[in-house]
Amino acid sequence: MHELGLTQHLVEIAEGAARKNGATQVRSVKVEIGALAGVVPESVEFCFEACSRGTLLEGSRLEIVFIPGRGRCYDCHAECALDTYTVACPACGGFSLERLQGEELRVVEVEVD
Amino acid sequence: MCTDCGCGPSGHHHHHHPPVAELSPGRVVRIEEDLLAKNNRLAAGNRRFFQEKGLLVYNLVSSPGSGKTTLLERTLSDLQHEVHFAVLEGDQQTSNDAERIAATGVPAVQINTGSGCHLDAHMVGHGMENFAGLPLDILMIENVGNLVCPASFDLGEDAKIALLSVTEGEDKPLKYPDMFKAADILLLTKIDLLPYLRFDIEQCKAFARQVNPQVRIFELSCQSGVGLSSWYDWLRQELAAKRRTARDVSR
Repeated sequence: MHELGLTQHLVEIAEGAARKNGATQVRSVKVEIGALAGVVPESVEFCFEACSRGTLLEGSRLEIVFIPGRGRCYDCHAECALDTYTVACPACGGFSLERLQGEELRVVEVEVD
Repeated sequence: MCTDCGCGPSGHHHHHHPPVAELSPGRVVRIEEDLLAKNNRLAAGNRRFFQEKGLLVYNLVSSPGSGKTTLLERTLSDLQHEVHFAVLEGDQQTSNDAERIAATGVPAVQINTGSGCHLDAHMVGHGMENFAGLPLDILMIENVGNLVCPASFDLGEDAKIALLSVTEGEDKPLKYPDMFKAADILLLTKIDLLPYLRFDIEQCKAFARQVNPQVRIFELSCQSGVGLSSWYDWLRQELAAKRRTARDVSR
């Protein structure tokens, strides 16, 4: 539900960086979204067209890099996939998992003219 | 503007545009900026401000109707002779909740988010301006009733407190794990209704611990008053700990 605001912010950040570098148009923007970031990539895609209208990003391509989640068990130190918070450690069944990867929500770069 | 030939947006294209892939690559500008960075910066500012004031701050989160405002009304009425509270009330519309809180005599400010689904650090920072000069111990921020979005937005609080009423399903922690992971404290509310419901409270607690093994759980009812004394004792302990830290920092 908050993807609209985040996408607006994404466009602001990308446009700001493009302008600072003297660009007149943005061709593409690359964003990383982690599995545990609480953001639905399809929803960001849906909002992007509306949010980019009238900006340097209008008509640009949105590239979303999805980052799968990874965790490490505090009890047995095994590493495992962690795409939700309801996962149990596959090695020992414990629920105390440290998040190693998957919380990313980052504007990586823009390709500009 | 057309980058190929420089014609204006309303001009007709009489030539063929090659597909984008055939164009020379554009310049790449690295950004590497977190999308929540701005909110996190403002939240860090709020946290510093709260720390300097020695203010204990909780962010109350839950689905709509789980009893956040009722919990506040009861807690403030029972404790305001010993604790100075203030309340920030977040809702999309109306000032109904702030009015309910103000009726207890505790200063309360309503923040309307309009179409927004959560409070952010910027709104809270400005909301605090209304309490300037007041001696305060605990700030309660009642977030917009929503088990999804408020999980992602740090407000500068000491902890998130999630409420789950027993009229909801016991599997809410599994359905909305992000929120129940983010909250250090879980209040199971309306437990006076348990005799009339098929709500397995032990199962609910097990689900909550599955998502967040460290979560601290209280069971209470604001109608019957059962369980409130443990909740109040915990608040008193946290406030005493906060005051000790504030004293140590100021030394």
